[in-house]
Amino acid sequence: MANKDLKTTVQDNVIWRSIFRPGSIYRKGYRDTSRDRALASMNNVLYHLHPVKVKRHGLKLTYTYCLGGLSFFLFILLTVTGIFLMFFYTPAAGAGTELAYLNMRELSASVTFGQLVRNLHRWGAHAMVFTVFLHMARVFYHGAYKPPREFNWVVGVILLLLTLLLSFTGYLLPWDQLALWAVTVGTNMMGYTPVFGDQVQFVLLGGLEIGPSTLLRWYVLHVLFIPFVTVIFLAVHFWRIRKDGGISGPL
Amino acid sequence: MSDEVQIDQEVFDRLVAEGKSERIARAKAKAASVRKARAAEGVALGPRPAEQAATALEEFRSSQGGGGGVATKTAAPADAGGAAGGRLTPDQRAARVAASLGNGGGESASMGVPAASDHTHRLLALVPPAGIQQVQSKQMDKVYTWPHLLLVEFVALLAVGSLLLVMSFFLDAPLGSLANPNEVPAINKAPWYFMGLQELLRYFHPMVAGVTLPGVALVLLMAAPYVDKNPSARPENRKVANLAFTFFLTFWGILVIIGSFLRGAGYEWVWPWVQGLGFTL
Ligand code: HEM
Repeated sequence: MANKDLKTTVQDNVIWRSIFRPGSIYRKGYRDTSRDRALASMNNVLYHLHPVKVKRHGLKLTYTYCLGGLSFFLFILLTVTGIFLMFFYTPAAGAGTELAYLNMRELSASVTFGQLVRNLHRWGAHAMVFTVFLHMARVFYHGAYKPPREFNWVVGVILLLLTLLLSFTGYLLPWDQLALWAVTVGTNMMGYTPVFGDQVQFVLLGGLEIGPSTLLRWYVLHVLFIPFVTVIFLAVHFWRIRKDGGISGPL
Repeated sequence: MSDEVQIDQEVFDRLVAEGKSERIARAKAKAASVRKARAAEGVALGPRPAEQAATALEEFRSSQGGGGGVATKTAAPADAGGAAGGRLTPDQRAARVAASLGNGGGESASMGVPAASDHTHRLLALVPPAGIQQVQSKQMDKVYTWPHLLLVEFVALLAVGSLLLVMSFFLDAPLGSLANPNEVPAINKAPWYFMGLQELLRYFHPMVAGVTLPGVALVLLMAAPYVDKNPSARPENRKVANLAFTFFLTFWGILVIIGSFLRGAGYEWVWPWVQGLGFTL
């Protein structure tokens, strides 16, 4: 069979074998046996996230609803679409040179797939806030924060906070009326922090009111600082899930 | 340092004379002096016969009062007679697997052990008897990550991915007019996930609504696992916790809905079917 020959040709050579480790489902000779199923996990980069075997009840859609996994998927999707947007965006908003806003207009008018990617980024961001909320609720109702998972719940609350901050810092970037005033409402509240209110607001805004330096500041927070911190906490979150004995339950 | 291990000088000299490097000689000489000290204390060294594992386990049980699985002499397969080099014949292996499953046979390789069986699996690290560690966990009903879990994840990812793509195809993200600090829009709202706070702002001083209440909520949230000491995870045993959390979520949800949909120009109460929807995502 020509098909068979092609498969052998592709798989049976030095380069292919160097890429796919023994047990990989893409390697020549993978068989659907217990041994190879175990190796498929063990010899895969995913072994950092998944053990060889998982509790059967964890597979049921109604246990996790995939919410944690989907939050992570949305985070990845937002990173990819966000990088695309960065190619066409300048965080500048000086009077008369509001490049940020003009770039957003150009994005939909003259960039191939520009509007689509922006939509994906926008709706994906809202969806991620939503799935993270729901994930937290499902974890609570399963009592999945009980020992030994207490600390992972705390890590989770920090992740929730980081997700909100990511979303909120992104909200300002289009530099339209919606962005400016939504952020004004939000940051006014922070100005009421006891004792340090004015200082907090000054640091957040990079000045006394929202202006070009706020935009630059929030841009850096949005595309670099908060994602960086989030990735670190995600790593801890995933690592703890495994060290705490995998998914909780069954109830 | 006083408790630095001494070098057995005799061994060291001999090894150096044999042409070993000084580093190697020192390491071996240290090991030799440790061995000597142990022998003087009457501690047996070196590999031990497998029966001793069972004895050591018995010793551990009687001294620690621990329960535990049944000590099987798997370490020294006495029944290995037929197989070459101590390896099991396929029949022997099948018999052993069936025995460890606690029944005649699982349905497939990935089916694992029935959850109801009281079979335990034991991780036993054998160190000098005084330091035996016995780690036990209940054998659970498990399946292979590949293909079972990865398949589910992949499907979930495709479903949500395509949903978003379709939505993005038909619905454009909003872009208003250029930001103008001198012109407050009639409808002035935070993003939806902060609408609960903005709604609270109607009723409380900004410091309470914007700082105190969210701060307290956050601390309570983080403290939940430490406050809730109930060891059970079953819903019927934790009615209070579930009720409290449901109350919290509902309260928050209602605030967000009011703020998002029932507030309009000047943040006054509106009915969306009368004055229109004052809500932008
Ligand atoms: C960026 C946000 C987050 C991501 C990507 C994420 C991801 C995950 C994933 C993939 C799991 C595996 C099980 C599942 O899918 O349900 C998990 C479990 C868990 N998460 Fe999250 N999570 C996030 C936020 C949170 C939040 C906000 C909380 C709670 C406040 C939380 C607490 C937990 C706990 C306690 C577990 C263990 C649950 C169990 O063993 O059943 N996580 N998370």
